Amino acid sequence: MSAPRPREPLAVRLLLIGLAFAAIALFLVIPLAAVFVEAFRHGAGAWLAAVSEPDARHALKLTLLVAAIAVPVNAAFGLAAGWALGKFRFPGRNLVLTLIDLPFAVSPIVAGLVFVLAFGRSSLLGGWLAGHGIEVVFAVPGIVLATVFVTFPFVARELVPLMQSQGTDEEEAARVLGAGFFTTFLRVTLPNVKWALLYGIVLCTARAVGEFGAVSVVSGHIRGATNTLPLHVEALYNEYAFQGAFAAASLLTLVALAAMLAKAFLSRHAGEEAP
Amino acid sequence: MKTARVTPSLLPGFGPALGVTLLGLSLVVLAPLAVLLATSLRGSPGAFLAAVTTPRVVAALRLSFLLSLGAAAVSALLGLLLGWVLVRYRFPGRRFLDALIDLPFALPTAVAGITLTTLYAPNGWLGAPLARLGIPVAFTPLGIGVALVFLGLPFTVRTLQPVLASLDAEVEDAAASLGASRLETVRRVLLPELLPSFLTGATLAFARGLGEYGSVVFISGNMPMKTEIAPLLVMTKLEQYDMAGATALATVLLVASFLLLLLLNRLEAWAAGGGR
Repeated sequence: MSAPRPREPLAVRLLLIGLAFAAIALFLVIPLAAVFVEAFRHGAGAWLAAVSEPDARHALKLTLLVAAIAVPVNAAFGLAAGWALGKFRFPGRNLVLTLIDLPFAVSPIVAGLVFVLAFGRSSLLGGWLAGHGIEVVFAVPGIVLATVFVTFPFVARELVPLMQSQGTDEEEAARVLGAGFFTTFLRVTLPNVKWALLYGIVLCTARAVGEFGAVSVVSGHIRGATNTLPLHVEALYNEYAFQGAFAAASLLTLVALAAMLAKAFLSRHAGEEAP
Repeated sequence: MKTARVTPSLLPGFGPALGVTLLGLSLVVLAPLAVLLATSLRGSPGAFLAAVTTPRVVAALRLSFLLSLGAAAVSALLGLLLGWVLVRYRFPGRRFLDALIDLPFALPTAVAGITLTTLYAPNGWLGAPLARLGIPVAFTPLGIGVALVFLGLPFTVRTLQPVLASLDAEVEDAAASLGASRLETVRRVLLPELLPSFLTGATLAFARGLGEYGSVVFISGNMPMKTEIAPLLVMTKLEQYDMAGATALATVLLVASFLLLLLLNRLEAWAAGGGR
């Protein structure tokens, strides 16, 4: 994309660019640098010790486990939503689209609270499950549910508009040529949306790994059992173990940076998929 | 643009795909939210009203509302500056700046929270010089505002960028050739075109700020009546086993989110219509 010929005087341009640099330095670069400075304040050995202690390792494993469940669930849901809402028009479609966006707007604390209400010991469902030895709240299933909730829209949001704009011509041609549903879907539709799907998965993964508020409500903060990595960061910080907190935070920051890199790379390809 | 109608279509799989979509939506999103509403409605309206009008709840709601509004306005103005510079000008480091905009979106909120608190604490890199100027930031409403501006930036910038890129610069030349000064052109030609996406971005930032917990809870200091935001008060009530109070306040937040979502839909429709 070529830049439009600037229409402002050079001095104005330089001033605006300078202000933009200053704003980004103040709001984004300095905080990013601070994470790593604090994480390595006592050297690489202390960082390594902090990220390899048993509680940190357990938190990391739990975080990865939760993401490994939530992300495929939401990718599958996103593909179904993309097919139903992207390739077809039907009454109520806009309402469904709005409802899919709801988790974006709902406070993470509210998201966590609804699962405590639905699955807590005092609820019908929670009581029944507990009677059968299944704990949801203050246990791993609750953390998974809360994470699936907050990341619910990520893949669907990328796929629905794209699949809508690509239309149905190619799929119809495949059908006319004798392909069944799964052949059509796997050989025509999926290759057409693969970059957007990956893009949605990256955003979904970043959020699943980093979710704090909703998970904080349902987890019960049991160390070595229901603490995810963000909760581990909070626990250490609240105990004034700042270096340990920032060491764990630096791992999460690396995930965020990787997601940003992947996003920059994928958005270029995803742009090519739009007709 | 062509989209298949439901019946009769050459494309199969509508039923199962819609079934999976609605089942997932209902199980994961709608049913849990319905439980919240049902729990709220089970009590008497008087008890609900009493729970959401205690001085502490009113103070928390007012603080959350006003700070999110102010922070959304600042984010939107910063977003306008950053969007403009990133789209209109070419300079070394532009791609790098552009990629950085997503940081608040990608960074886990707890990490943002502890980092901003450390930076703006009275002994922090930014907090120390500001404290000497007599401006305490961490553990004050201003600190909460800083966290919310940080959080809102990607929403406002990313909403404005595509619109800025799609503006036809020829129109500005036409205005200029008809004798408009650059400022007049900006005010009378550019700003009206940008208004819908400016407001959309600000509303997104506002909605996100209203419910935000992780990046605010550390820097706010959490003093009741002073720096206690509404989502944190829900959490506090929950930890004190005040389920009725937590549920009532959460319901207020949920209704606010839903209204904001409807407002966003209207704004997006307005933006799609070219702001008319």
